[in-house]
Amino acid sequence: MNILVVVVVIAAVLLALVLLYNSLIGRRNEVDNAWSQIDVQLKRRLDLIPNLVETVKGYAAHEKATLDAVIQARNSAIGATSSPNAQAAADSAVTGALRQLFALSEAYPDLKANQSFVSLQEELSNTESRIAYARQFYGDAVLSYNTAIQKFPASLVASSFKFTQREYFEAEAAARTTPEVKF
Amino acid sequence: MNDLIASNKRRTFFLLTGFIVITCLVGMAVGVLIGNGATGTIVALVFSAVFAFGSYWKSDSVALTVSRAVPADPVEFRRLHNLVEGLCIASGLPKPRVFVIRDDAPNAFATGRNPKHAAIAVTTGLLEKMNRVELEGVVAHELSHIKNYDILVSTLAVTLVGTIALVTDITIRMMWWNGGRVSRGNDRRDSTNPLAFVGIALLILAPILAKIMQAAVSRRRETLADVSACKMTRYPPGLISALEKLQADSTVTHSASMATAHMWIEQPMSGVNDAGRLGMWHKLFNTHPPLAERIALLREI
Repeated sequence: MNILVVVVVIAAVLLALVLLYNSLIGRRNEVDNAWSQIDVQLKRRLDLIPNLVETVKGYAAHEKATLDAVIQARNSAIGATSSPNAQAAADSAVTGALRQLFALSEAYPDLKANQSFVSLQEELSNTESRIAYARQFYGDAVLSYNTAIQKFPASLVASSFKFTQREYFEAEAAARTTPEVKF
Repeated sequence: MNDLIASNKRRTFFLLTGFIVITCLVGMAVGVLIGNGATGTIVALVFSAVFAFGSYWKSDSVALTVSRAVPADPVEFRRLHNLVEGLCIASGLPKPRVFVIRDDAPNAFATGRNPKHAAIAVTTGLLEKMNRVELEGVVAHELSHIKNYDILVSTLAVTLVGTIALVTDITIRMMWWNGGRVSRGNDRRDSTNPLAFVGIALLILAPILAKIMQAAVSRRRETLADVSACKMTRYPPGLISALEKLQADSTVTHSASMATAHMWIEQPMSGVNDAGRLGMWHKLFNTHPPLAERIALLREI
């Protein structure tokens, strides 16, 4: 009789361990998935940029400085996927360069009326909302995962199987201040 | 926000448990009155479940057909599609099918048995009257219904209501046929059992009680959807402003009916008297909490 009780208890503990481990795996995979979602949206934005630059060149080819800044920012953003914060830094450089570009387009009414320019502008702003949503989802996933590995008794399982905390996005110090648009 | 959501889910659980308890009591009452309480209740439960879950399975197509919804053209309704896609990214849901209903009254609903087979519909009135953040709030509310499996919850509630209604109806009829005699197993005397009166009272009250509980579950889930929507958009003022506009708007939705009332974001029926307040009787059977209450709750987030 005693042996039966012991066996049942051991089986119950093992089952609990398995369930805890599996739930941590599930949450970690959600974090990874959320991360790649952001990547998808960022890539989409970067892919729109060459078209935009070509359209603007058609009307404002002499604005070399601004156009070059955009291309520059885009190229470095494509390479920067090491960590959430490196990616965010590269991305805000792109945002800054784009902002300058759209500001200068105010001075060219023909450009503003151009159909493809208008639709590219819309697509870009759309993509930017999606990037924000994807980051929000990533933050939620990280919260859920980090909380799960910190709670007891899952924390025991987490440390034995090397589940480490993931980092959140941090808005750059620059991004927290109101951006300046220089004409 | 997270604790509001958690407390809402707990309350739904308790309401549904209460529901099941009432069903069991009714079953017992039936047992006292005509015998075969357990069998009768189980048969009614199975019958009710088959009906309810059958309609749940097909809930999306039925709801859409009844409301005369048409698929939303991606070019004509681009803003709507973009909003839905963005919010799906934020919530991790697959994108549901998007429909529009040609009706001037602003309203929207969501349906479908799980996130993979879901659909949302909005009226053209809503699209015209709401600005971007308000529309976002409404769409987030509907997507929250899908995410929280509210169709499943309300199907459970409907099943239980159906069970109680069937059991009580059949029992009362059988008692009628029996000439009011109460069966007590081995006891063949025609004695009246004091429990019988309790049983009869329960039988008469149970269907009404069940309806009230179903409405309570529905109201709970509506509040949950409001709070989840704010969590999705991270912008409560959007939904608050949308609800305020709905409050001010008095157009009655024509494409709705009593049967589909529970799915819409705002109660499509009248029942509002001249003073603009709902009568107390109507309050118990409301599928949605009053707009003023919903707005007040959201302001506190």
